Amino acid sequence: MFRFIVRRLLVTIPTILVVISITWVLIKLAPGNFYSGEKPLPPAIEKIIREKYGLDKPWYQQYGKTMWGIIRHLDFGTSLRYQGQSVNTIIKRSLPVSAAVGLLAYLLALIVGVTVGSIAALKQNSKWDYGSMALAMLGISVPNFVLGPILILVFSLGLYWLPPSRWGGFPSRNLVLPVLTLSALYMAYIARLTRAGMLEVLRSDYIRTARAKGLSERDVVIRHALRGGLMPVVSYTGPALAFLLTGTVVVERIFALPGLGNYFIQASLNRDEPLIIGIVAFIAITLLLMNLLVDIAYAYLDPRVRYQ
Amino acid sequence: MATEKKPEPDELIHIGPEMAVAEADLMPGEVGRFVQGTSLWRDAWRRLLKNKLAVFGLVVVVIVTISSIIGPTVIQRVFGFTPDYIPSNDPRLTQSFPPFTGPNGEFSWAHPMGTDNAGRDQFARVLQGGQISLFVGILATLVSLLIGVSYGAIAGYVGGRVDNVMMRIVDVLYSLPYVIVVIVLLSMFRSQTPRGQLILLFVAIGTVSWLTMARIVRGQVLSLKNQEFVLAARATGVSNTRIIFRHIVPNTLGPVIVYATLEIPQIMLTEAFLSFLGFGVQAPLASWGSLAADGIQNIAVFPWQLIFPGVTMALTLFSLNFLGDGLRDALDPQMRTV
Repeated sequence: MFRFIVRRLLVTIPTILVVISITWVLIKLAPGNFYSGEKPLPPAIEKIIREKYGLDKPWYQQYGKTMWGIIRHLDFGTSLRYQGQSVNTIIKRSLPVSAAVGLLAYLLALIVGVTVGSIAALKQNSKWDYGSMALAMLGISVPNFVLGPILILVFSLGLYWLPPSRWGGFPSRNLVLPVLTLSALYMAYIARLTRAGMLEVLRSDYIRTARAKGLSERDVVIRHALRGGLMPVVSYTGPALAFLLTGTVVVERIFALPGLGNYFIQASLNRDEPLIIGIVAFIAITLLLMNLLVDIAYAYLDPRVRYQ
Repeated sequence: MATEKKPEPDELIHIGPEMAVAEADLMPGEVGRFVQGTSLWRDAWRRLLKNKLAVFGLVVVVIVTISSIIGPTVIQRVFGFTPDYIPSNDPRLTQSFPPFTGPNGEFSWAHPMGTDNAGRDQFARVLQGGQISLFVGILATLVSLLIGVSYGAIAGYVGGRVDNVMMRIVDVLYSLPYVIVVIVLLSMFRSQTPRGQLILLFVAIGTVSWLTMARIVRGQVLSLKNQEFVLAARATGVSNTRIIFRHIVPNTLGPVIVYATLEIPQIMLTEAFLSFLGFGVQAPLASWGSLAADGIQNIAVFPWQLIFPGVTMALTLFSLNFLGDGLRDALDPQMRTV
């Protein structure tokens, strides 16, 4: 197990560096620059700007400086747009917003999805099964940028129950609509995965043994079936996190939340190079570490899985 | 009469695609009853037609596709406006009307989905958006099909170290936050023309969506490459390229088609997501994502600007997903997992 973790980390670190390098190359290859707006700058001013940000140096020195700062101190430099703020400060400030929305959405999706999926599997081919699976298909098909505005339309502009946008601190009513919007898709996926996993497990021999021992149906389902039936859900956590990260980009745009995703879109539009690289690197690191955690959890939950 | 026709001794009687029964295996009473052969495809088609939800999906997809293709032209012939037509000489017309409403608030058939801020007909724009969304979905799926099938087939057939390296590359690409990289790509190389941006969108989506396809095809090829027909082909001196593309790839088509059908809605969603954020299709072209992005600006006042493109898109994706699920059950009943 320990060797497995070490080996995975040895693959993960170069992968992160590759992601950062790809982003860096893309930015440098693209025509134009962060200061090239609608109006062309006078040559003297352009020269000063290029000197100040080290853009007059050859590309390998620029690349080396960026990478060295990241490897040595995990320092992504200073934002070009938000004057005087380091990228690390911006990430530190916006991360809690994204994390709150993302984690709450995942938690909600897990609770509702597992419950609905188990009920659908236990009552296979009943009207509950068909109803919840049709609903799950709807959840997969309605894009979150359609669902979000419709929720705003109904609950904020129609019924006046909830605020339509803006960040209002951690436990606040502002969170309800973004979390619902973001979790709908995962809820649907998790319900489908749970149903499929449970259906397979319920037919297996060890469940028959548990029933034959005379365990109550509740014990059979909760203590025995769920543990095996949830394996697909566990392995879906990795992709789910990736989706969650891209989902937050849209949700933060719709609800005007000052999270990582919103800063990332702004940075891409402004060509704020250090900020783009910082956020891309941060997301890549989170994603890869989470995938590693998921694999470890998988091995822990399923004794049949052994990593050399 | 059918019983008159006696099959040749070694003739096979096909009952289904899975079963080929020789005469000797039949029960005494059944000898000579000739069963019409059914191909895999006809069998799958029959199973698909039994699935009501899949048929519903198929019907909706066909309706949406046909009306997107011919709709804008028909509207132009009947009402005289194109999707990007702005009635500029009359200031009363350059504003957003609710559905079925004329300039003076009276009932009118002219704009069944209302108009947008500039007075452009929303219905024509939704149909034109459908053209772009479906076009991107299908074309990008074809690109990913081409790359994924070739990559997976080569990795699986060659095997050994080549396979190891090729699949490790796929694993690494899989773990990348690719949507994030795509956003960087699209925002950095923003094209000046709407058409250029559309091509960039294809390249961006197509190059990242082939990974799963490559994995599926490789798995199929691994199980196919040791079968007798491949050995026979090799024994008769067929080249490796020809074995891969003429003998092995056609046998992987079932799962490939199923996965491709399920991939179209995924790609349409990605396109809409990118257009919604402003990195995809640019005005005057419209896709469902960019129409929704325009609509959300005015959601409090003109909700129909968001609802019509949004609901059309959701309905189409819903139908495509059901169709894909139905196809999977019909073509490959064993693949039924999620």
